[in-house]
Amino acid sequence: MKITKNEIIHVANLARLEIDEASLDKVTEQIGRILEYVDTLNQVDTKNIQGTSHAITLTNAFREDIIKDHLTNNQALSNAPEKENGAFVVPKIVGR
Amino acid sequence: MEFEPVIGLEVHAQLKTQSKIFCSCSTAFGAPPNTHVCPVCLGMPGVLPVLNKKVVEYALRMAVATGCQVAEISRFARKNYFYPDLPKGYQISQYELPIAAFGEVEIEVNGTAIKIGITRIHMEEDAGKLNHDPHRPMSHVDLNRTGVPLIEIVSEPDIRSPEEAGAYLKKLRSILRYLEICDGNMEEGSFRCDANISLRPKGDEKFGTRTELKNLNSFKHVEKAIHYEIRRQQAILEEGGQVIQETRLWNPDSQKTYSMRDKEEAHDYRYFPDPDLLPLVIDKAWIDQVRNDLPELPDEKTDRFIHQYSLPEQDAERLTSSKELADYFEACVTIFSEPKAVCNWITGILLGLLNAQGKTIEESPVTAENLAGLLKLVSEDVLSAKIAKAVFDEMAETGKSARQIVDEKGLVQVTDSSAIEAVVQKVIDASPDEVVAYKGGKRKLIGFFVGQVMKETSGKANPGIVNKILQDKLGG
Repeated sequence: MKITKNEIIHVANLARLEIDEASLDKVTEQIGRILEYVDTLNQVDTKNIQGTSHAITLTNAFREDIIKDHLTNNQALSNAPEKENGAFVVPKIVGR
Repeated sequence: MEFEPVIGLEVHAQLKTQSKIFCSCSTAFGAPPNTHVCPVCLGMPGVLPVLNKKVVEYALRMAVATGCQVAEISRFARKNYFYPDLPKGYQISQYELPIAAFGEVEIEVNGTAIKIGITRIHMEEDAGKLNHDPHRPMSHVDLNRTGVPLIEIVSEPDIRSPEEAGAYLKKLRSILRYLEICDGNMEEGSFRCDANISLRPKGDEKFGTRTELKNLNSFKHVEKAIHYEIRRQQAILEEGGQVIQETRLWNPDSQKTYSMRDKEEAHDYRYFPDPDLLPLVIDKAWIDQVRNDLPELPDEKTDRFIHQYSLPEQDAERLTSSKELADYFEACVTIFSEPKAVCNWITGILLGLLNAQGKTIEESPVTAENLAGLLKLVSEDVLSAKIAKAVFDEMAETGKSARQIVDEKGLVQVTDSSAIEAVVQKVIDASPDEVVAYKGGKRKLIGFFVGQVMKETSGKANPGIVNKILQDKLGG
């Protein structure tokens, strides 16, 4: 197997995805197959080829350092499930 | 066994741009929460970040000033983690292709010059601010700071003591301020530092296990926290124990570091190139332009002060510790061209006053013009050096010029010989015993007579003339 169930659980947790016990086998197998395909790709000799990070060849898109309009506080918070005193409210999470 | 500390510092410097790094929101500090925000920095779906050219310009200034190699091509990457101060679920940073690397900064500790290598400098966006409710299990999120531009400056593990760490930080801050790209305020968080610390037996090449120290929000805390951490690790190693690789927080109240006990996954950031931002290409012409436009840097200014003004190294370093102080000094010297006297007044008296009042040189109640004016009056014998300090204090209090105060209070020095002669005669007449003793050889009594004359004239008599008349009369 290319990837273990524990690795899948770890990666899912990093991405805050819930995977139930029932689908764990299936996901592990599918991602394993994807990784096998990556192995296939890895057989191609890419020694003298630059990696591609962007699909287009443009570079250097800049903006000037100018302040433009902001959202109002009401607009900014309009999708917030909970808000107070102009701030978003979230459960307390201390330490990162 | 003797241990050697190995220290590397990661410094985050907030760049003084008007707008954020990837959107046009204001970077101004202190606005009401969530009023300097837009769909881009709030991380709304479907928006596109666009790079602020000035951020690149500022990062280049620091890169060139620290002798870094600027990367011809650099790239932005996403650093993925979940925390409520980060609305997108990732921070846009630079990872495998930072804008600059391989620089160095020279510091001096106890008279020895040391070069500290710069591993890399990269650009990234700041996160928002969380205010934890002290009573309820909730936090308030303010995203005004989200997207404010930062550069992260990573040092090589070249630092060997808390004092070196402090000197390195001060030098970085000074360079950033000279370049006018960061205000360097540690307390307000525009200049932040994390420290990586490990110990190894002296003479060993291999590094020991390190800890990362966070929450070092003043220069004093940085040195104290590193001191503490070195002692803590040393105690563990001496007992045959092992240092655990972890992040620790400095608590300034207890003067100790504490483990943050973060989950191991926290450092699994899964970086990948940000497809929303194009690669950044910096050509030689741009680097040359930045190099040509670079202002005089702290070390250059110190050298110039030593040579141009014939100042001792220590004085030159003190005066150039900030660009504003150096400017103040030069403004004084333009008006009153005795650099050493100006330097002594600034370092000895003015800085003492500013320190006591908690003010910066820009907020000095005595302007450079007024200080130079005071020194000019002393050198022209209008004002005696003895009461110059009192006049200075009055200037600091009222903001008036020395001339104004001298005129108002009638403090003009008495240089009229006949007036002084009358006072001298009065003093001599009143002290027959001392006159006899003086004539009998107790020459030190001249000080007594000078003092009496000064007392009679409220310090206004010209000391040179007083001395001369006294010696004439006493038969010196």
